[in-house]
Amino acid sequence: MNYFNESLTSIHEKLVTKEISAKDLTQETLNNIQAVDGEIKAFLTVDEASAVKDAEQIDQNGIDADNGLSGIPVAIKDNMLTKGMKTTAASKILENFTPMFDATAVEKLKSFGTVTLGKTNMDEFAMGGSTENSAFKVTHNPWDTTKVPGGSSGGSAATVAAGEVLVALGSDTGGSIRQPASFNGVVGMKPTYGRVSRWGLIAFGSSLDQIGPITRNVQDNATVLNAIAGHDQHDLTSSTKEVPDFTSTLNNGVKGMRIGIPTEFMSQGLDDDVKQTVLDAADEFRKLGATVEEVSLPHTKYGVAAYYIISSSEASSNLQRFDGIRYGRRAKDVKNLEDLYVKSRSEGFGDEVKRRIMLGTFSLSAGFYDAYFKKAAQVRTLMNNDFAKVFKDFDLILAPTAPTPAYGIGEDVSDPMTMYMNDVLTLPVNLAGLPGMSIPAGFSNGLPVGVQLIGRPYDELSVYQAGNAFEQDTDFNQQTPKMGGTN
Amino acid sequence: MTEKISEDQVKHVAGLAKLKIDDDQLPYFTTQLDKIIGLFETLSEVDTEGVEPTSSVTDQVNVMREDVAEDWHQQQALLDNAPDTQDGYIRTPTIIDESGENE
Repeated sequence: MNYFNESLTSIHEKLVTKEISAKDLTQETLNNIQAVDGEIKAFLTVDEASAVKDAEQIDQNGIDADNGLSGIPVAIKDNMLTKGMKTTAASKILENFTPMFDATAVEKLKSFGTVTLGKTNMDEFAMGGSTENSAFKVTHNPWDTTKVPGGSSGGSAATVAAGEVLVALGSDTGGSIRQPASFNGVVGMKPTYGRVSRWGLIAFGSSLDQIGPITRNVQDNATVLNAIAGHDQHDLTSSTKEVPDFTSTLNNGVKGMRIGIPTEFMSQGLDDDVKQTVLDAADEFRKLGATVEEVSLPHTKYGVAAYYIISSSEASSNLQRFDGIRYGRRAKDVKNLEDLYVKSRSEGFGDEVKRRIMLGTFSLSAGFYDAYFKKAAQVRTLMNNDFAKVFKDFDLILAPTAPTPAYGIGEDVSDPMTMYMNDVLTLPVNLAGLPGMSIPAGFSNGLPVGVQLIGRPYDELSVYQAGNAFEQDTDFNQQTPKMGGTN
Repeated sequence: MTEKISEDQVKHVAGLAKLKIDDDQLPYFTTQLDKIIGLFETLSEVDTEGVEPTSSVTDQVNVMREDVAEDWHQQQALLDNAPDTQDGYIRTPTIIDESGENE
């Protein structure tokens, strides 16, 4: 069974009316993954036995008619800990790591009766934008298998786009949920920093990382965020703010909403079709009753530099824990402890991870700290002030998600600078900790193009509300890729 | 283009991060890092006089909890992930190199 023409609502109804059992749904989902994933390669691990067992348990307990996630199979990005299920962050250094607890987001989703099918491919430690930096495999874009799925949550976005699952969790440090969502024609939400606990998310940039849902439509996305959001005593940065029902205002429309398009996001380097998609989306929002005007985020051009200093510095600190002692890869034939650290890390990390660790170590090192790390943290303040100023007069920001549609596999990997520049439109949202969601909004030569809706801190409601209004009046998310197999 | 980082500096930084870059890989990493650090330097154009740095955007301040130990009863699961164990402990190689070869 594939999910091309399904939603959480349609599948939930089938489960409640017993048209299908949770076990059969899981089994048919696994059969489809078996048929399709040889081509897409979205999964690093599929655990059939545990999935079927969990689904049987849900059947025994009975499907909860009031809970739209009861019995729903889900996929989890491989940087979130899953108890008893291998978790590698797509790195050789964690090749044989089996966590002893679930990440809070995973645990919460499970408490709603979801069935974890397996773990999805990603750029190693979430560093990259194409999923080509995985130590294990290259994931293919279901819309055109010669193209990348984006990244770093490329496996999670591709598996939803390929109709393998309805729900996948991703993580977003500089665009890693939204950019692959754009490349794959699916809905990807990065919630406000602090909205979802980071406990059990393998840390990359701790002041930037946030877990969020990837789904086929906006309503499903809001339903999943309802399940995973909320305060967690294990994450000291998780917010104690009340969590609203994110589906409660979905149908309120955008009449009277003020939407700003940042001039700096629409300038040079932007693909013509992507630009047109944003302009068309603006017209659609106007048609639906919103006002759309140009706004300015003047420090945008410094974002890439500030972000790569800050995220690499945080990464260099976070990744110190991989030392070959307590878990993970340990090098053989070592003479002493120093030798063990250096060899284990040098064998275990891929080139991109080494580059980031070195950039971070350099930016934090004696004599360079003020010129690099501190300067970047100050520029971050100025960028955040730019957003705050816009949000005094506007409810939402509309912007392209990525400068281009999905590019060819192998095209970008040789030059890290090109890869870094591709994050220019998504990373400001992480630096400011804002909620941002990519929704399908057009096509370019058969490849999906997404636009991004950015909200005030903790105002995911407006983001979902506008996203749903757009989705209800357009048909971009109803298109499906023409893949081999079951389509 | 002026050099932002030299091969010697890259070696030094790698050493600080407990990484070893092989000599034949050194030019490759140095060229890339040099280019990226060149990008970093564009920040010097921005006037940040008197601007407070932002290190986090969390809305939480001074989160406290009781300092109590919790037993998760997972000693074995933890040890199972360790590369080398003995009698409930994690084993490491000799800390001090007695062969004298690695100096």
